[in-house]
Order: sequence, then C-alpha cells, then structure tokens
Amino acid sequence: MKLSRKWLQEFVDVGPVNDRDFAEAMTISGSKVEVTEDLGAEIKNVVVGRIDKMERHPDSDHMWVCQIDIGQDEPVQIVTGAWNIHEGDLIPVAKDNSWLPGGKHITRGNLRGVKSKGMLCSLKELNLDERDFPYAVITAAALLNDYKPIDPEKPSIPADIQPGHKIFGPVVCGRVINLSSAGENGWSCGVDIGGTLQSFFTPCSNVHEGDLVAYNTKTCSICTLADLRAEQKEFPHCIPDGIFVLHEDCKPGDDIRPVIGADDRVVEFEITPNRPDCLSVIGLAREAAVTFDKPLKLHDPEVRGGAEGALPELLDVETPDPDLCPRYTARMVRNVRIAPSPKWMRERLRANGVRPINNIVDITNYVMLEYGQPMHAFDYRYVKGGKIVVRRARAGEELTTLDGNVRKLTPDMLVIADDTRAVGLAGVMGGLNSEIVEDTADVVFESANFDGACIRKTALALGMRTEASAKFEKGLDILNTLPAVNRACELVELLGAGEVVDGAIDILNFAPNPVTVKFEPEKMNRFLGVDIPEADMRKTLLALGFGLEGDTITVPSWRSDVEHWSDIAEEAARFYGYNNIPNTLSAGLGERRGWNPVQQAENAAGALCRAAGYSEIITYSFISPAYYDKINLPADSPLRNSMKILNPLGEDTSIMRTTTLPSMLEILARNCHYRNKSARLYELGRTYFARDDGSGMADEPKVLSLGAYGGGMDFFQMKGAVEAVLEGLHIEGFRFEAETGNPSYHPGRCARIYRGGFLLGVLGQIHPSVAENYGVDCELYAAELDFNTLYENMGGTPVYHPLPRFPAVTRDIALVCDKSLPVAKLEDCICRGAKGLLKAVSLFDVYTGKGVPEGKKSVAFNLELRADDRSLTAQEADEDVKGILDLLAKELNSVLR
Amino acid sequence: MKEQLEAIRKGALEAIGASQETAGLEALRVKYLGKKGELTAVLKQMGGLSAELRPVMGQLANDVRASLEAAIEAQSAVLSQKALEARLAAEAVDVTIPGSKPPMGHKHPMYSVLDEMKEIFLNMGFEIMDGPEIEQADYNFTKLNAPENHPSRDWTDTFYLKEDSSVLLRSQTSPMQIRAMEGCGVPIRMISAGRVYRKDEVDATHSPMFHQIEGLVVDKGITMADLKGTLNAVIREIYGQETVTRFRPHHFPFTEPSCEVDIQCYKCGGKGCPTCKGEGWIEILGAGMVHPKVLRGCGVDPEEYSGFAFGMGLERLALGRYKISDMRLIFENDTRFLEQF
Repeated sequence: MKLSRKWLQEFVDVGPVNDRDFAEAMTISGSKVEVTEDLGAEIKNVVVGRIDKMERHPDSDHMWVCQIDIGQDEPVQIVTGAWNIHEGDLIPVAKDNSWLPGGKHITRGNLRGVKSKGMLCSLKELNLDERDFPYAVITAAALLNDYKPIDPEKPSIPADIQPGHKIFGPVVCGRVINLSSAGENGWSCGVDIGGTLQSFFTPCSNVHEGDLVAYNTKTCSICTLADLRAEQKEFPHCIPDGIFVLHEDCKPGDDIRPVIGADDRVVEFEITPNRPDCLSVIGLAREAAVTFDKPLKLHDPEVRGGAEGALPELLDVETPDPDLCPRYTARMVRNVRIAPSPKWMRERLRANGVRPINNIVDITNYVMLEYGQPMHAFDYRYVKGGKIVVRRARAGEELTTLDGNVRKLTPDMLVIADDTRAVGLAGVMGGLNSEIVEDTADVVFESANFDGACIRKTALALGMRTEASAKFEKGLDILNTLPAVNRACELVELLGAGEVVDGAIDILNFAPNPVTVKFEPEKMNRFLGVDIPEADMRKTLLALGFGLEGDTITVPSWRSDVEHWSDIAEEAARFYGYNNIPNTLSAGLGERRGWNPVQQAENAAGALCRAAGYSEIITYSFISPAYYDKINLPADSPLRNSMKILNPLGEDTSIMRTTTLPSMLEILARNCHYRNKSARLYELGRTYFARDDGSGMADEPKVLSLGAYGGGMDFFQMKGAVEAVLEGLHIEGFRFEAETGNPSYHPGRCARIYRGGFLLGVLGQIHPSVAENYGVDCELYAAELDFNTLYENMGGTPVYHPLPRFPAVTRDIALVCDKSLPVAKLEDCICRGAKGLLKAVSLFDVYTGKGVPEGKKSVAFNLELRADDRSLTAQEADEDVKGILDLLAKELNSVLR
Repeated sequence: MKEQLEAIRKGALEAIGASQETAGLEALRVKYLGKKGELTAVLKQMGGLSAELRPVMGQLANDVRASLEAAIEAQSAVLSQKALEARLAAEAVDVTIPGSKPPMGHKHPMYSVLDEMKEIFLNMGFEIMDGPEIEQADYNFTKLNAPENHPSRDWTDTFYLKEDSSVLLRSQTSPMQIRAMEGCGVPIRMISAGRVYRKDEVDATHSPMFHQIEGLVVDKGITMADLKGTLNAVIREIYGQETVTRFRPHHFPFTEPSCEVDIQCYKCGGKGCPTCKGEGWIEILGAGMVHPKVLRGCGVDPEEYSGFAFGMGLERLALGRYKISDMRLIFENDTRFLEQF
C-alpha cells in the first residue's frame, strides 16, 4: 500500500517529521514501511520560465533561439528544436547544471554556434505523460514551409506556393498573419489566403506568424498531416511532440516540482493480511494519528443530490446469493460529463501508482484508495431492464472483462448481471460491455461487500488478481460501503462531473453484530510483562476507534482481526512499543533436555564420516521418477512405489525419494563433471514411504549414505570407511557378504553388511552401466546404511580390557586354497581352529601365479598368539597353530604352501 | 726406553689428532695399543730393565697408554659428532614442500550453523524434537489457526500429496509446536529444526526445499518479556554481544501478539546500505505469544498457561554468516565449495 504524505496530511498533521523518523515510528507501531520515495528526488535545478522572445536560429531551418525569464535579473538564452512554443508561454526550464529523471544531467552548450544555457523540457523528460496533463497533448499542423517532397522531382506541393494557391479541393495555402493564445486548448489565428484574412480557432501549437499552412476553407481549420494524408517524413518537424507548455498557477523562477506535483513523498507499506483496513489512506491515517498522538480529522461526505428521477424506479437490485454478497450499495449519477479529473486528483492517484483515466473512473479509484472500499462504475444504458442481479455465474457463461479478455465462468464465481447477461465479475473486474466511455450519460456506482473466499478463488482460477480482489479477499469493513459511495457522489459534485440521484440502494444481507471483549488491563500487563497505565491503554483503544464502556470493549467494524483479550494486548503493546518491553528469562527447565540418544548417534555418525575424510552434503528430498531408471531399478521394484507430489515444480522434483542413492550419484556426477579430481561425500538424509494406515502420512527412515570416486578410491577404501563408521558407533560383530544381485552395483564388487540377522546396509562399486547413465566413466563407490538399524545395533559404553602383560608369539602362515574361497571363511576357520591363544589374525597377502597351482590362490596371514597369565613357549604356540592348520585342511582343503 | 715411550706418545698423539675417520682412528688404536702394537712392543722390553727403572718405566708406559686412550676417545667423540652433523645435514628437508594431510571431511556450512543454533538452545535448557516432513494440513495449517482461505494453503504455494489437500510437504516447522504440545503436554521448552518445502522456483535466494528452526516455550506465567529476553540472548549469541535488535509488530495466524525481529545492519551499522536494502535493519526471525486458539486446540487452557513461539530460516543465516552470495551453492554440493568450511 502506497501513501502520499500530502494526502495523509488531509487527515492527520503529524508535524515536522522527516521521512526516516516517520518510517521508523510507523514501523515500530506495526505498519511496516518498505521504502519512501521522494517523487521529485531526481529533479534538481528545474524551474518555471517564460519565453520573452523567440527568433529563428540563423543557421538552422527548424531551431529557435529563446530568451527566457527564469525570475532572475537577466533572461537566459536557450536554443530549442521544438516548434510548439510561443512568446509568453510558461515552460519548464532545466537550467545549466540541472538534473532530470533517469539521471540526465543538463549543462550549458553550443547549438550550431549559438550559446544555450539549459534546456526546455517535454512531459516525458519530467517523467510525465499526457494522462497526467491532458491539456499538454500536442496537435501538429502540416507546415508548408517544412515540406520535404519524397521525390524531389515530383513534389506534391510546389516549392514556390503562395497564399491563395489551391492545394486540393477546399484546401488552399495560407500565411499566418497573427496568432494569440486562447487558453490551454489552442490559439486564435488569422491567416491570409491570398488577399482575404480568415480568423478562426486552432488547436495546432506548432504554428507561428509567417508560417505557410494548408487551410481548409470548408471546415475553417488548419490541416494536420492526417488531413493531408501526408507521411511524417514529408513534414519532418511537424511532430506531435514538444515542450510541456504549462497552464498552471505559477510564475518564472518557481521550482517546477510543486507545479507538477513532484513535491510529494510516497511511503510504501507492507500491510499484513489481518489488516485490510490499512489498505486505505484513512486506515493508515488512523494508525499515524495514534502513533504520533495527533488528532484524526475525518470528514463525512455531503451530497447535494437532486438529479431528475427516483432511484427505486431507475434501478432494481437483487441478491439471490446473499452469503456471497453480504451487502450491496449503489447510487446513480446522471448527465455525466466525462472529462479529465482535476490536477490534485490526478496527482494523488499518480502518487499511489494509479494512472488517471477520466473523472468517473478516477473517482472510483480515488475512493478505493481513500476508504479502502473497491468501487465500480458502470454505464447505466447497458444495464438492461434497469435491473442488477448479483448472482452466481451460469455454467459455461462468458464475460469479456475490461482488459479485453474473454473469461469462461463457473457457478462458484459471482457476477453482476442485468436482466439478460453478466456485466461485471463481482469484486474482480468490470465487464467491457458496460465500460464508462466518452458519451456515457448515466452511471451506477457500485460499492459492495463480497465474500472474500469466493473472490479469492475466482481471481485465482482466472489468474486475474486485481487491486479490488486483493482487498475483498482479506475481508472488508461491511459498514464502509455507504460512506464510500457517498464520498464518490460528493466528488462527482465537486468535480462537476454529473448530477447525483437522491438516495441509495442498500441491500443488507447480514446482521450487525459488533464483537465485544472484556477490558482487563492487569491481565494484559501480566501477559506482556509490562506495567502500562490503564489510562494509556484506554486512550490508545479509543484513538483506534474502539468503543469502551466500563470494562467492555466494542471492536470497530473495520477490525475483524480483534476478538480476544490477547488481540487487545497487542494493540496496547504496539503503541507502548515492543522495544520498551523489558527482557526477562523464563524459568522452568524441563527434565528432557540436551541431546537425546538418537541425536547423539546422528552427531557421532556425522563426526565419524568426517574423520574418515567424507564431507557432508544436502540433497533434495524429492527426485525425478526417471532417477529410478538411472540406477537400474527393476520395473517391479517396490522402491518405485514413491509418494507423488500432485503439484510439483517440475518432473525432476515430483516424487519423494525411497532411496538416497540417486541423490548421491547425482552429486558425485556433478562433481565429476566439474572436473573435481576426487570426492568423498556423505549425507544423513530421509527417505519416504507411505504408511498403509490411511493417514496419508509417511515413515521417514534416515539413511546414512556415503559416496566417493577418484583419489585411489576402490572397494576396500569404501569398505574401510564403512568399517570405521560401524566400529566408531560401537557396532560389534558385523560381517560382509558378497551381493551379486543389486542392479545398481557392480555384481563382483558389492557387499551386504549384516550384524546377526540385521541387514545394516549395502556398499560397493556402482555398476558401470549406472555410472554411464550419469555420464561418468570413472569408478563410483557408494554405501547405504539404514540409520535406524545402525542405531539399534549400537553397543553401549565400551568396557576396558586389561592391556597384555606378557609378550605375544607371532606366526606367519601362507595357505593354498581354492581361488573362489572367501578370505572370511579362512579367517573364520582359523579362529575356530585355535585353542584359545589366538588373539589376532591379519591378512597380509593374497597371491596367484607362479608357484601356485591353477585354480588355487595363496593367502598369507599373520597370527598373534598370547596368554594373559604367562609368556608362551614356542611349543605352546606351535600346538595352537597345528590345531588351526588341521581344521583348515579338514574343512576347507587348505594346506600350508 | 723413556725416549722410545715419549716418541710413541708424541707420534701417536699427532696421528690421533690428525685422524679424520673412525676406521683410521681404530687402526691407530691397534697400531699403538693393540696386542702387537708399538706400546706393547716397548713394554715387552720391560723385563730387561733394572728393578729401579722398571716401576718408573711402568709408570710412564701406563701414563702414555692412558693419554693415548684419552686422546682416542676424545677424537672418537669429535668424529661421531661430525658424522652426526653430516647425517643431519644430509637429511634436511625442504620445509616449504606441502605436508601430507590426513583426509578430513567437512561439515556442510548450513548444518554448522544449525548445530551452533542447537547448542545455544540446548545450553538454555531447550530440548530438540524432530517431526515428519510429510504432514497433515491439519497440523501445518488448521491447528495453527490459519484460516481456511489463507493464501499459503494454495496449491500454488504448498506441495500437496493428496487431492483433498489433507496431506502436504510441511511448509514450515511450526506444526511441530502442535505435535510437541500434543505429544509431551506442558510445560514445554523445545526447538525443532528441519527441512520445509514451498513452491518457489530455484534462484539465488529461493529454493523449493529449505530449512527452518522453530521454538516453543509454554508454561504458567510466560510473558512477552520472556520472549524478548530469550530471543535477545540467542541473537547476541549468534551475532555478537553488541548486536542491536528491533522488535516490531507483525502478523502470524498462530501467535498474538506477533512480532518480527530485526537486527541493526552489521554492514552499515544502521545507516542503510545494499545489504539491508537501505533500511538499516535486517529481518531475522518471526515470533509471538502462542495464540489462545492454538493452545486450546492442543488441550491447554490459555487462561492458565501462556507461551511464546519463534521461527527462523537457516539458509539466510548461513548465507549471511559465510558471505555466500547464492543459495544454489548450498544444494549444489560442489566439493570446492564444501571444502571451504
């Protein structure tokens, strides 16, 4: 919501408060200021000037040298190429060293040898257009002395044409003999057409004494390019553009900013959805009045009325859907004179970002801004049968709205209709078929209250959120419709835009039921932790428009957000100032605090991954269904049973992941494509599985995933990292089993990780074809560990084992066995074969080749044997080793090499 | 004989002093002191001496032996010192060659900030709760007093998983307020952080998935002054003890009164600059006193209990903390980015 400080001034005088302090004070009391714009900030050193004298440039066929009074002792000389100015005109002068909108800097210069100390400004150069100053429209005559034939061999108008010569039909050449201003609309002009002098009015502003013009003796007017059916290039300087000639109450030397309404500051507020009342000048003025502790000056509209006819005979209104239209108020204006609205109204509309259109439309916009009540004006002659029906649209009904678009309507939308057809989309936009046009004679002003939800849905469904619909959807003050329509009628009379018919149509489909709240100052103070005097609270509430009798607060109709004592506490607190509330620390520590065990495990898992060299990543929870294909998931895999987002941003983020693998691979691939030589990454992220209990909710188990490539990464490095994490979490007795059937992984380099019957997860090299799907040709490795299972299998606090006091005996054994035999089986066998002295087995070599038979391999272990109570003899150790070798031979057919 | 001994001493001492190698020194020891050495050879002549001379010569011979042994030992020490120095010199490394780093993983900057936040709240006696991301509209909106037609319920704003709009991806962490009160009752003092989802296209400041941290304190006699005291303490922990805050009224459906909290711009000190969009203040969180309707909906009597709640976005905090210019970097997970933190 934008607010003109000048407009605000009409309702409350906040005193000499600068922009910054105003913004701060309003923000602190609850109306957040986004930005304050000084409309004239970009204009500097631009003043009103009067053209004292103008002569043609000695060295140019189209420029003028002007002597301009800018309120100083001496006139300044400025050269201009514009032809629409005359001696005596008041014009905006950008002096030497001046600034114009857009950062344009004007300095003195030399134009074809003639000094020029500044520039005369057009509307555009002041960031204005014709809608701001309709009188500044320039009509250009086709000046014969500016004629340049397209083909020099065949001129349409002879170069030596003289007054009186015929051009075509009734059009003859004339020389301008005299010219005098006839107000803001044109000139009285005398033209010699070959001996006779014709005197007439012309709107053409590029005519000067001595010019040759094409004069139409039939219409008694000077011809424009269009009249001559000429092209612009034939009359290069006869353009509908030029200097902004002022018809304002100003004098040479005046600062231009107040003259064009650029002396205002516009404050832009962020209004929260609970305060639709602040989407109006009056609403904000009320807030400002309380903020600055100044009186609010409200005004009751006064309408003289008296136009011909009786309203009940002219207009009949029906509201067959009262729930969607709680109130419908309308008045009528007759003998309307459509014209531009006055400068002060245009300026205020402009300051609030609304383009002026014509007096009637401008009045509706003005009242909407001032009262916050959207208004609609429509042409009475198109209301067939003099009847307005506010009804639901019929299925298939169509309406062309004011913006020219054909809208297909549905029965949950509300329309304003006459006897036969819709003429407007209630609360959103009027219909083109009842638009206010030049010859509109009778106007109906509608000021209604519509159901917010209905308006919101309609605007959303049609994709046309308008200023009006944005207001209605928040729920407007139902008591505001009549004052607003009266204000519109008052403005009609003030502007002389028409005659108002007495009375108003006012259909009330609601029962007024003001909300009351008990006034409990002590309770509010306790709740806020402050000590605001009761009298201050009362004063604030009254100033805000609340009723207060005894301890009963009556909430004003425009404050539908207030219904509980905590709402009243907020009113008291925001004008007391949140920043004046003290800072205290509440007591009350609960029993549950600190990291809980699951959170501790999560923290530990992350720390272990980082200690292993893996960095944390964050990936989206939603993925593309195509990702399942990328990881070679079979078509019938239950993992494809993802929960679907019904309104996703796009296919790529349309389903909730059931596996974190594609997320990890996506990131690995991305790093690969960025040419990062290696990556070690982990994420503790959720997966999502629909519960089958009908709740629609999901189980969201967390998965600890690791991913890596490059930097020497191989299966055993990834396995080592997983082992380090598992051991760090004190998970004991886990084992790895070859997994050949996981389609995402290399069938020969993949393992499942178990502890007892629990499957902890899977790890391995990503299947080369999957890597290829990601456009990666290096080896990718990954591990997926189910966090809940990890957590359930975590050991408790480690228990200390005494350190060995006696030396160990070590024995190296190299075994020959079948090539396909897993090392884990040998290890298992070694452990079982030992007779209690074996403390550690470590693999140190696996060999195939020369010296080992075909189909066999040699596996070398280092055995560490030790007793806790004595030094071992070699004999004791050898006995244990013998037991081991015997079992190996027996069970695995594996013998010493 | 005496001359002989003195000659040996002189010659030997010179030779020892001139010896530059351990091996040479050993050879000298053998030459002079060995069983077949020169001194031994002289001593073998002792038998031919008179009884008077024998002790004198014996004495002298021992003297010579002792001085030679001492000289050899001293020279040996010199030589080994030299050898050590030579070895050390040979072993010298170029200390400017980069070290071999052990592999070090990095915590994601977003979660570094989150963990810092969690620690602050844990130290203030809060517990940390976790909740579902796939949430019921009831918890995400209705029980938080969001009106039926609240714009945030639109399918253009929130992701839905059921046609009847009853299940969605939570658009805020606030439903955890309800789950906490329903699950644990009051009094309560908790925070909950996690992923939230809104239908925003990805750009430098938006992501359809981002993170929030939510807090809730409910007990008898909790006041708005407690809200301010707690949040000011937290903000000073995060942004520094000198941080200036501003509490200004705002609107959230689930709190009343509601506020937004700004800190004075750390870049310009409140004068106004591009960082604070000229306002001098940077908005960092939303908060308020828990709405009586919300309390009542959770079975808590608002006439007996009161409380405050707050919520803040984490991405903006992390971006500000580490001067990260683009939110996309957070979810891109480029190792060159991750390894900077």
